[in-house]
Amino acid sequence: MIANNNTTLVRHAEVDNQLFMPVPARIIRIKPLTALEKVFTLELPEGLSLGHRPGQFVEVSVMGVGEAPISVSSSPSRSNGMFEVCVRNVGDVTSALHRLQPGATLGVRGPYGRGFPTEKFRGKDVLFAPGGLGLAPLRSLINQVLDERALFGRVIILYGARTPSELLFKDELEEWGKRSDVELLLTVDRGDETWNGNVGVITTLFRHVSVYPRNTVAITCGPPVMYRFVLMELIGKGISEGNIYLSLERRMKCGVGKCGHCQINNVYACQSGPVFAYSEIKGLEEAL
Amino acid sequence: MEANGGYAFRVIEDPEEMRLNYPTTILPPKKFLLPPKETLIEFKSNGDGAVFSPQMDPPTVIFGVHTCDLHAIQLLDHVFKTGHADPNYLNRRSHTLIVSVECLNPCDENSFCKSMGTLTADEGYDLHLTDLGDEYAVDVGTEAGRSLLGYAQTTPASATDMQKLNAVLSEKWPRFPYRLDFDVSDLPSLLSMSMKSSLWNELGERCLACAACTNVCPTCFCFDVKDEVEMDLQHGKRVRIWDSCQLDEFATVAGGHNFRKNCALRQRHRFMRKGKYILEAHNYLGCVGCGRCARACLVDITPVGVFNELYRQKEVGGQT
Repeated sequence: MIANNNTTLVRHAEVDNQLFMPVPARIIRIKPLTALEKVFTLELPEGLSLGHRPGQFVEVSVMGVGEAPISVSSSPSRSNGMFEVCVRNVGDVTSALHRLQPGATLGVRGPYGRGFPTEKFRGKDVLFAPGGLGLAPLRSLINQVLDERALFGRVIILYGARTPSELLFKDELEEWGKRSDVELLLTVDRGDETWNGNVGVITTLFRHVSVYPRNTVAITCGPPVMYRFVLMELIGKGISEGNIYLSLERRMKCGVGKCGHCQINNVYACQSGPVFAYSEIKGLEEAL
Repeated sequence: MEANGGYAFRVIEDPEEMRLNYPTTILPPKKFLLPPKETLIEFKSNGDGAVFSPQMDPPTVIFGVHTCDLHAIQLLDHVFKTGHADPNYLNRRSHTLIVSVECLNPCDENSFCKSMGTLTADEGYDLHLTDLGDEYAVDVGTEAGRSLLGYAQTTPASATDMQKLNAVLSEKWPRFPYRLDFDVSDLPSLLSMSMKSSLWNELGERCLACAACTNVCPTCFCFDVKDEVEMDLQHGKRVRIWDSCQLDEFATVAGGHNFRKNCALRQRHRFMRKGKYILEAHNYLGCVGCGRCARACLVDITPVGVFNELYRQKEVGGQT
């Protein structure tokens, strides 16, 4: 929770009266990425820092419309007192967000949830397999890993989108592609005249990389339909279930383990997740 | 008090209205602690931001709570103070006193408190009453309860009173039937083994997805959060309202994917939650045996029926 000093309550000293109260955040920049996605750079008041981990999310509100859980897309290593969220225009709150202009204020609660255990990844080869909008949360981690590049082994990024125009963060993809210490492979489900790269779903990229499974962690995030197939590839490469991490999307209303929408069996994704090791959820029906 | 042909927890204006010997209420006392709709924050749309506005209800005594509902309130207390403590619930709870009553007769054929271990309660009340015929035995649960009792005329219980109390308590037990065909301690494992049972599809075909079961449940606490804007388009509030896992969009994400896409999966989720998930997450059973959902269900889906059928399926040769 964002720090505040207003927690006063008579009988329950530990209760945060501001639990459901968003902190106003100012939109510094808005950068359209595709026809559907924009990146919002947000600044909290009074020099507050979000203090997030890659993989955590915030509840973003537009007053009068509602709140939506959105993953933080920027790396803590590049915070500068600001953070970024990449928002797809797909629901009431997100379309209201897309109508806002720089300088406008929106509400933020969080960061919430369990992010990636980055310290466990140190010294290992890190394979990222985001699909579509799944790059938004993984970008936070990718950039942190790149900013601490020496602490990690190989960095492999396999990214798939439906069409070339739907690839997110193209500037950064280009930058990563140029680095000799990053192995970047891209694919699109359907190509067009601008595209001379790989065509096919994300799993078609796996045959182009070989990994040393005992020293590799894999991180994937994407639409629900993608996980089953990506998991098969990762397990097929010999990566252990405990070294495969997923970030799961769920409907969430409160973000704080109460409203019930994000439950996967006995697990609240907003508290125990959204990041899980595959070994933690493979026994849970309805997880994938 | 009596209301709408049944019984309801309502504000008592006249002590004559009070019924302490009643066969359960339509809605549980949860409605005072987690109201069907409450304001979380108020805001102005001109960018001045939001203000916190807990609804400070007047101090409340919930009088005549059955022990099943008492167990349910203990679960709610645990849920709302664990992890991120919920200010609205806890504010309200902190100025609510609970006076419970010992049930001496079963509510009806749908209640199965004895099977669920909620036929009596050792804690969770400020005062607890047992009807001894011509007077009430009062057990003091908290200091707040003791102060409340100061407003009543009481005499310390004598040895004879205690004998009378013990007699009433032991005589009540045989009047309540066990309705589950197995011990409730086996319920979580039974459910674990029943993820793939064919029963869920049968329930799914019957279920009308009306959400009556979750609305009348004393332990259901899931909610939706919505913004409401005043007619002036300047002021508004963010409210939470009861929600139900039985409704289609409960687990649907913005892109349209629904993680429990049919009634069968949603019924399974409900019963798993009542007998297993909540226990694993909060160490309390999510069902207290009050029978309200069974009474409310239009197509006769009942926890006793479901749990016993799952048990029967296991018993006849591990059928799944």
